[in-house]
Amino acid sequence: MSVTFLGIFILFLFSAAYSFGVKRALAISRENSVPIRDFNSLPSYHGAYIALQATLPCIIILFLWFALEPVVISHILRINLQKIFPGIPNNELSLWLYKIKAAATGESSFFKIDESVRPLVSMYITLKHSSRWILSGVVIVVGLASAAFLFQRISPQLKARHRVEAIITGLLGACGVFAIFVTLSIVVSVLFESVRFFRNVPLWEFLTGTQWNPHIAMRPDQVATEGYFGAIPVFAGTFLISFIALLVAVPIGLFAAIFTSEYAPPKLRAIIKPVLEILAGIPTVVYGFFAALFVGPFVRAIAEQFQLEVASESALAAGLVMGIMIIPFVSSLSDDAMSAVPLSLREGAYALGATKSEMIKRVLIPAALPGIAGGMLLAVSRAIGETMIVVMAASLRAKLTLNPLDAVTTVTVQIVSLLTGDIEFDNPKTLSAFALGLALFVMTFLLNLFAFLIVKKYREQYE
Amino acid sequence: MNRPSRIPTADIVRRSLPRRYKKERRFLIYGALSIVVCFLFLGIFFSGIFRMGWRAFFETRIKLPIYLDPELILPYNIKESDYGLVISQSLQRFFPDVTSRQEKRELSKLLGAGVEEVLKEFVIKHPEAVGSAVEIWLPAGDGINLINKGVISKERAIQAGLVTEGILQKFEQLSSDGRVSTGFNSRFFTSGDSHTPSMAGIGGAIVGSFYLMVVTFFLSFPIGVGAAIYLEECAPKSRLTDIIDININNLTAVPSIIFGLIGLAIFLNFFKLPRSSPLVGGLVLSLMTIPVIVIASKSALKSVPPSIREAALGVGASKIQTIFHHVVPLALPGMFTGAILGMARAVGETAPLLMVGMVAFVVDIPKKLMDPASALPVQIYLWSDQPDRAFNEKAAAAIIVLIFFMIAMNSAAIFLRKKYERKY
Repeated sequence: MSVTFLGIFILFLFSAAYSFGVKRALAISRENSVPIRDFNSLPSYHGAYIALQATLPCIIILFLWFALEPVVISHILRINLQKIFPGIPNNELSLWLYKIKAAATGESSFFKIDESVRPLVSMYITLKHSSRWILSGVVIVVGLASAAFLFQRISPQLKARHRVEAIITGLLGACGVFAIFVTLSIVVSVLFESVRFFRNVPLWEFLTGTQWNPHIAMRPDQVATEGYFGAIPVFAGTFLISFIALLVAVPIGLFAAIFTSEYAPPKLRAIIKPVLEILAGIPTVVYGFFAALFVGPFVRAIAEQFQLEVASESALAAGLVMGIMIIPFVSSLSDDAMSAVPLSLREGAYALGATKSEMIKRVLIPAALPGIAGGMLLAVSRAIGETMIVVMAASLRAKLTLNPLDAVTTVTVQIVSLLTGDIEFDNPKTLSAFALGLALFVMTFLLNLFAFLIVKKYREQYE
Repeated sequence: MNRPSRIPTADIVRRSLPRRYKKERRFLIYGALSIVVCFLFLGIFFSGIFRMGWRAFFETRIKLPIYLDPELILPYNIKESDYGLVISQSLQRFFPDVTSRQEKRELSKLLGAGVEEVLKEFVIKHPEAVGSAVEIWLPAGDGINLINKGVISKERAIQAGLVTEGILQKFEQLSSDGRVSTGFNSRFFTSGDSHTPSMAGIGGAIVGSFYLMVVTFFLSFPIGVGAAIYLEECAPKSRLTDIIDININNLTAVPSIIFGLIGLAIFLNFFKLPRSSPLVGGLVLSLMTIPVIVIASKSALKSVPPSIREAALGVGASKIQTIFHHVVPLALPGMFTGAILGMARAVGETAPLLMVGMVAFVVDIPKKLMDPASALPVQIYLWSDQPDRAFNEKAAAAIIVLIFFMIAMNSAAIFLRKKYERKY
């Protein structure tokens, strides 16, 4: 029984329940000679009520089943494996599970499966098969039974419309709560893995250590250096690149906003705005490509002209391109802040004989400062969370330096490099990426919250 | 009595005016300069990428007589025949002066790595041609291709070991015989990734991106619009809705890589969904797109004037009827505009896809949502990381395609907004 079949069954149940519901309501009206107008609800609401009430449980069952099935099956296999190999370590157990699943899907030629484990492969297949059959049975029985039960209950007094509307409101509410759910799942998942990391590596070492070299031995027999998890160089690199980016973005973005909103004639504005929007819409991977293949070599060529020593993946190249990326962000936020300043303030300044630039410098910007500052904070959060540009144009090696021509690494680069490829969830190397992710999330969250509060407070001042 | 320091204010102002005007002009120039910087960057950016990428849309082809040896291509074994041997024999017949072993090996560099495939396709299409000699256009080798398109000079190509003097002479001889042409490289759009640049294409990546978009749209649009309707129309203003509101605003500013982390920890590690599949990628992208759609849909709902709601309620419609019969239809164009913009952002997103393993080297074009797949931006990332310049060119070409997609989506959004925008 495939998922497609169940999907089609549910769709079929929905439409059948709807049309039977409508027909039943009309039939009751005819048989009992109760005009439809005396029904509590229109026939279509009766149909919709049955359809929704019968299919929703099926859909919920379907989703729960798919979420829990792999977990349960893995658990059963684990118990059986532990019977075969008593006292097996956890990571070998996972490897066996993987091999069994691969063998069951027919990629068995890849792995050698012991005779002792063979039965588990067929057991896995049976479990999977029977799980699907039971699921199909449950869904079909629940769907048909609830439809039949509700079908009996149709009557002129049934408050079908209220029920349908309650269900719809409930669904909408579920969508609304979803946003909280996403945030919670971010926090929980990242926090959970980070706690596991900090059990291995003390928090203090992570926050104050000046050496970052997480590439420790993956297997016990491997010879490798011990891992160092001092995150200071990683954060320093992040801030260095972000600082360069802001040095580019803040003045250019601010002046671009001032020029477009105060100086540019409408025709010019109609050209500038779309150009800034194009800059904002370019995917970051494209900026990264540009940084790695055009700006990087360019920066190196220039620096070599001045006999400067420059790394091939310099912080400067990544920072410059990131700055360009943030320009439209800064300019649109400062534009918002400045356009919120009431006209009377500007006119007051003009009346005192100020030139336009004096008005902007002495009245407009101070008045809009909280909004602009909020925008800057958002820009900082954007810069430290930016990934693709630095992945492509910054270095992997963590180095504690302030030299913009040197190669530095960032939080996001480390996360990407630690988590791409085959990973196991039970070693500090993988988990350290989650600790970095937690740090990144907390930083950006605080910056965003702070910016949001500033902007909100400021907006209310003039309203 | 008279104080010499007392100068009329008007004089002070007049005297300071030139200085102030100069400042004013300087300020204006700063503003104009910053705009010029943006334009300049955009110009360099597009011209650089276009200059690098346009060549990948074209390929150099060489017309060669190929003798389809019936002893090598057996009718029952058309798919498994040794086409490499067929080609090398035909090459030797065409260049009888090549005798030494090394020269013969070098001769193979004249043609690209995928010529066997091209010949196989030809034979499958024209099985009757087996046994005769046919003139076929075959893709040229990478070195020849780069020289012919003018990417590198002949001297540098020889220095880098891409071609040898002998090959180059043969190529020039072919060229003067009219056996060389440059044509549109349709394989770039149909084939998957490959280890040889001349065979690599974005077909698989486009299909992967398409699946991602389908999953993302069907998850994020209903949920996003539902949440917006709930927050804007149904829910009473309460602490809960305030928290949700702040939350949604915050989610739009969460770095995209964090969404990749939850994709990894929840969808892959907990729910054991298959790695590298468009399903997981789409789930992660929808988590990012939902807040964007919620915000756009909320403002679309806000722009519907209250009089419409009041009129509907006044003639006895219930709240849900008012919303779904009157308010939502009016707000729908705005919601779609927001959704398209959100999707345009999602289609260019790369970092979260790296986290859920969509960086695998995928040769086959994905057929199901569970198949390992790549996506257009990820393919760009992979190709630009390659040291081989021919791959970088492919990346630039893929960027042109991606940007074309995004411009198309954004224009669709603008069109929708222009067409259905109402002023109340």
